[in-house]
Amino acid sequence: MNNRINKLFQEKKEQILSVYFTAGYPNLEDTVPMIQELVKNGVDLIEIGMPFSDPVADGPVIQHSSLIALQNGMSIRKLFDQLKDIRQTVDIPLILMGYINPVLQYGVAAFCQKCKEIGIDGLIIPDLPMDVFEEEFKKVFEANGLHNIFLITPQTSEERLRKIDAVSTGFIYMVSSNSTTGAKTSVSELQNEYFERVNSFGLKNPRLIGFGISNAETFANACQYSSGAIIGSAFVKALEGSDPLHQKVSGFINSIVTVS
Amino acid sequence: MNYQVNEKGYYGEFGGAYIPEMMVPNIEELRRTYLEIIQSYDFRQEFIGLLKNYVGRPSPLYLAKRLSEKYQSNIFLKREDLNHTGSHKINNTIGQILVAKKLGKTRIIAETGAGQHGLATATVCALMGLECIVYMGEVDVERQVPNVKKMRMLGAKVIPALSGSKTLKDATNEAMRDWINNPVDTHYIIGSVVGPHPYPDMVARFQSVISEEIRWQLDEQTGRENPTRVIACVGGGSNAAGAFYHFLDQENVELIGVEAAGKGVDTNESAATLTLGTPGVLHSSRSILMQTDDGQVTEPYSISAGLDYPGIGPMHANLFTTHRAKYLWATDAEVLDAALELTQLEGIIPALESAHALAVLKKIQLKPDEVTVINLSGRGDKDMETYLKYFGY
Ligand SMILES: Cc1ncc(COP(=O)(O)O)c(C=O)c1O
Repeated sequence: MNNRINKLFQEKKEQILSVYFTAGYPNLEDTVPMIQELVKNGVDLIEIGMPFSDPVADGPVIQHSSLIALQNGMSIRKLFDQLKDIRQTVDIPLILMGYINPVLQYGVAAFCQKCKEIGIDGLIIPDLPMDVFEEEFKKVFEANGLHNIFLITPQTSEERLRKIDAVSTGFIYMVSSNSTTGAKTSVSELQNEYFERVNSFGLKNPRLIGFGISNAETFANACQYSSGAIIGSAFVKALEGSDPLHQKVSGFINSIVTVS
Repeated sequence: MNYQVNEKGYYGEFGGAYIPEMMVPNIEELRRTYLEIIQSYDFRQEFIGLLKNYVGRPSPLYLAKRLSEKYQSNIFLKREDLNHTGSHKINNTIGQILVAKKLGKTRIIAETGAGQHGLATATVCALMGLECIVYMGEVDVERQVPNVKKMRMLGAKVIPALSGSKTLKDATNEAMRDWINNPVDTHYIIGSVVGPHPYPDMVARFQSVISEEIRWQLDEQTGRENPTRVIACVGGGSNAAGAFYHFLDQENVELIGVEAAGKGVDTNESAATLTLGTPGVLHSSRSILMQTDDGQVTEPYSISAGLDYPGIGPMHANLFTTHRAKYLWATDAEVLDAALELTQLEGIIPALESAHALAVLKKIQLKPDEVTVINLSGRGDKDMETYLKYFGY
């Protein structure tokens, strides 16, 4: 399987910027303009959050955006509808991120097929365990050209890490500290030790670091230890307020990296 | 048929551990060690000793004469309401605090609905000298004031959950988030047979003392170990799991779980999960839950904070699907009637949760020679404000 995700990591080995946003937030119809603005500002990869009523792995910022998105009327059907022509204007890899229950309700096979039709490259489903993925989901993901992106944390054992590396096909999502999303983390020695430890294992998959990446400093630090980083809560937070969307997006991205 | 959990953590198609990577080390540690710990001689000694001398077990099995007369049958009440802290919840918290100690944890977290599990957790934390944090929906903090005050007096920190419907589901979300953020020193004492494997099985084992006692107590009093039926209310399903446990493979014993219908199963204000729900994943296990077509979890409603939950333990989803147990429901109004009936016929004020089990006496056919055991899961002290409001005493 070789899709836009693999291509990105083949062509760009460092400073990859991946941004997460919750579909349907702040407004229901922001999904497509949001993606286009992010592309315009040089983002390399986008994670589109599918809101869920009970996001246990998320902190207050993404909980709030999920709640508003659902109140705005976002659903998986609605999201697929919004994204149906996205590949006419957008070339960078797109990932859907969300919880397992809405995917199960949609039907795993139908969901994956729809992702393929639209041109989705991968999925991040934090509460889909590795063994269940391998037994019940892997075939249908592969059949539809979808990478499943696994998370690792500082508490993940070496044995498990190697297993995750063996099962992974796109990249590995390296969670910076054992926490829910958006936890305030300044860069700590302990984290860097963990990043270095993981790097010393010679894994076959590239890594992106996420959780607590919120500004130029934390982004730059993460990039020293991996192919790049993922920004979620800090970006979602930057979407508050009444400025036009394109201003909020460019203002935030420019505060993280100077686009070349 | 086998109704117990299999080695992969499933009851039929239900169960498993749908956990984010951040919870894997803690859940894996528990999964690897729980059976060895709770089956060890030292653990058994300490657990049984505390249940006897601290909780006050065995709890009586009481033939409710006037209630039996009214329904023209033989009705026994399993008096979990007489346990220390006033409900069955303490059976589980005693077990889990001993597990937590064995694992070297120093900080305990819990979720609570009615406050009974929070209270039972705060109690064992005081007993063992461990830090205790209890998450409780803001709505429940308001409707279960006495329990909140007791928890605080016991030294626990009660943190209101402000998301969603601000009830049990939301408190559980917050407790899980706490655990994710505190991965090393903390044990999460889940209060029912819900959550990722091995929790449903571990909690059911700790609660199984209820049916273990029912069997010998019934034998002692009637010469038979098996009743005609066992009835218990179901929130997450722990008191029912305990009351059913040793009867699961006695297929001639009818098992009835009673869910909270709130204002009625045909209204939008209900918590009757098995009547209204469909298969899905909530709180890390595959079970049956109340949800929309889009897979968003529906906000439940019940007068009873302990049953106000849109999910149910995977063991019950399996008993329901295989028809081993029957699940009925009772509305708020039926429950209030049943609570008053027991109070005035037997001099026992039941918890609102337990009154759901009593309420179905009016919905089933009882024969004169039959023996029905109702699990009276808790006492009504915590619900006095609600009762007084409705009955106007
Ligand atoms: C007295 C009592 N009974 C029953 C319940 C419901 O829980 P479960 O279904 O796990 O027994 C509660 C929960 O708070 C309770 O306090």
